[in-house]
Amino acid sequence: MMRTAYLVALKDLRIELRSRVLLWQVLPFGLMALVLCGLAVGPDARQQSRIAPGLFYLVVTLVALLVINRSSQIESPRGTRTSLLTLGLDAGGVFLGKAAAMLVQLFATATALLFGTTVLLHVPVHAALVTLPIVLLATATLSAAGVLYGLVASSSSSSATLLPVLALPAFAPILIAGERSFSSLISAGSLSRWVLLLIFSLVAYGSIGVLLYGALEES
Amino acid sequence: MAIASLRDIVVTAGTFPLLAGVNLELEGATSYVVTGPNGVGKTSLLRLLAGLEAPTRGSGHVLNFDLATTQRRQVRRNVGWLGHEGSFYDDLSATDNLLFAARALRLDVALVAPALERVGLGGRLRTPVKLLSAGQRRRLGLAWLLVRRPQLWLLDEPYASLDDAGRDLMSDLINHATASGATVVLSSHDPVRRDVVASHIEMRGGRIERVG
Repeated sequence: MMRTAYLVALKDLRIELRSRVLLWQVLPFGLMALVLCGLAVGPDARQQSRIAPGLFYLVVTLVALLVINRSSQIESPRGTRTSLLTLGLDAGGVFLGKAAAMLVQLFATATALLFGTTVLLHVPVHAALVTLPIVLLATATLSAAGVLYGLVASSSSSSATLLPVLALPAFAPILIAGERSFSSLISAGSLSRWVLLLIFSLVAYGSIGVLLYGALEES
Repeated sequence: MAIASLRDIVVTAGTFPLLAGVNLELEGATSYVVTGPNGVGKTSLLRLLAGLEAPTRGSGHVLNFDLATTQRRQVRRNVGWLGHEGSFYDDLSATDNLLFAARALRLDVALVAPALERVGLGGRLRTPVKLLSAGQRRRLGLAWLLVRRPQLWLLDEPYASLDDAGRDLMSDLINHATASGATVVLSSHDPVRRDVVASHIEMRGGRIERVG
């Protein structure tokens, strides 16, 4: 399973390196969304800083939808999907590989956006730095859930519009946990229960993915 | 010895019958051409033999794997599939595509470069698949079959998009595969080329009308 995961992750990341969709489309979208959030909130730096965690995770969630859509599009042509099936790869490994590749892309983008919040939304730099491990946890959870929802949505001819409808309700707890953790770090509050929620969600989506990805793929 | 045996197999998509009671025996080291007009079930038959479709009714074995059970997934690892749709990742090069597939099946990656040379893609090793012509993509599919060396070749409209040289190459590889002991099943709605020695499987309305 781990060998399959490694091969699939490497393949997806190589496709990203060649196509540069993340660099030229996803990242600029995220930064533009962050700028627009700053403009919508107004010029009050204290107000911007106060609601920055929520805006940051909202933008990360929107960016995640683009990354998920892109990841599932890679195998959406019928011929490509058929070819992948004829390789008889371990389905759990395919799930882990796709989630790992998505995590690399999403975490890299989220890190850039996080430091964007220090410039655009006046988040203290030290708060941005200490929240990075939680951002890693949140993006890992979004990736695990995203691979599943991406596969389900890709079976529809209107996958780009179906994906947000399916995924956003499931992403809401992740968004809330991430935002509360980030806010707690800024205001020196307790964050353990939100981190636990993220860990629980990651384990749940990871287990479901490893066990059910094959059945979803077949259907 | 039969390498595939199908008994009264029905395959449906929803309630629509793709195959409506197929009976067929395929022998080893033989070429078969599945003929018939569009929509009679040629591709569905190939997909069934590849383990990509589950029978709704009936029974069948391919390479000793039961198509009615989860063994169907094992069939896929043992057949060579050349579909009429694009089968590769557009953003990866011809070489990267074959290396990924070869590593996934633990095949010898040293076979990749010679296979690409053999099908005339030696000058396109680093070219992204999206920049290859339809005929070159088909040749890439052939290169994959050369790397994979399967026991059962399933080729869906293999001559489509190929120029004369490509068609000759395809026929040559099919004849070579059967001479080496493999079984080749190809679908075609065009008249079959004379340079391929093959038995005919004629289909009508999701059924096999005649084999010979």
